[in-house]
Amino acid sequence: MLLVVGFALVLIRDLFAVAMLTGIYSLLSACFFMLQDAVDVAFTEAAVGAGITTILFLATMSQVGRTERKPKNKPWFAIGLCSLVAALLVYASFDMPDYGDPLAPVHQHVAPRYTETSPNEVGPPNMVTSVLASYRGYDTLGETGVVFTAGVGVLLLLGPGLRRRYRRDLPAPKDGKKHAE
Amino acid sequence: MSAYFNYWAVFALMLLGLYATIASDNLVKKVVGLNIFQTSVFFLFITMGKVGGGTAPIADSQYTLYSNPLPHVLILTAIVVSVATTALALALVIRIRESYSSIEESDIQAEDEAQP
Repeated sequence: MLLVVGFALVLIRDLFAVAMLTGIYSLLSACFFMLQDAVDVAFTEAAVGAGITTILFLATMSQVGRTERKPKNKPWFAIGLCSLVAALLVYASFDMPDYGDPLAPVHQHVAPRYTETSPNEVGPPNMVTSVLASYRGYDTLGETGVVFTAGVGVLLLLGPGLRRRYRRDLPAPKDGKKHAE
Repeated sequence: MSAYFNYWAVFALMLLGLYATIASDNLVKKVVGLNIFQTSVFFLFITMGKVGGGTAPIADSQYTLYSNPLPHVLILTAIVVSVATTALALALVIRIRESYSSIEESDIQAEDEAQP
């Protein structure tokens, strides 16, 4: 399912349809996360991925137009590079542990400690919450920094001051409405 | 075979994203490709965190086997970061469109070469 939507995303040239399909893609990803026991991730993906990302794409589309031109030459370089990477990845996948194997190296190091002691040590029964807010709190702090930086960047790029300065020596764009994000 | 099916599906998505990022001329389409690539990495992490027969990592007296909570935490962070990068990329696309009045890469390059 996900793969089909992914292919459609790459092949369709109408960008409005692409924006709508990203929403469907995110929703399917949320279902996949649910099936893999990652309920918190599914929440976040459904809210942030399906909601905010789609809105961002739609807002951009209202500014830049909604059709993509057909490329002139076949992208042989990209096809070759992708086949090469595909071969390498499949070769590497034979070293991976089996899917769902409880003895895989990922589950041996710190994960048992989190699952066994975090409900008593931190409090909430949801282990993802305890790890996110307590054991790996600095990660979350860094994430806040990244989001802040992105917000400042978007404001600097689309803020009123810069636009006025550029407007003077450039021909006005055809649909130069103010962008709300 | 089924042991690797999830990994291969993830790889297919990853390559799809890579292809869209390299091959498409349209900048918005490139951002979409980048998004597909990012989600494929999320799938890889979550797949590795799954324990067969385990349940969601929420403590309950009825269960003893849980999936690994650590990849879930990392991916929670990564999803939010991916939205931040998407927002920044799309803001850049809008600015490029204002300066060049096109978001097709070949047009932008032609315009750059026309007026040094």
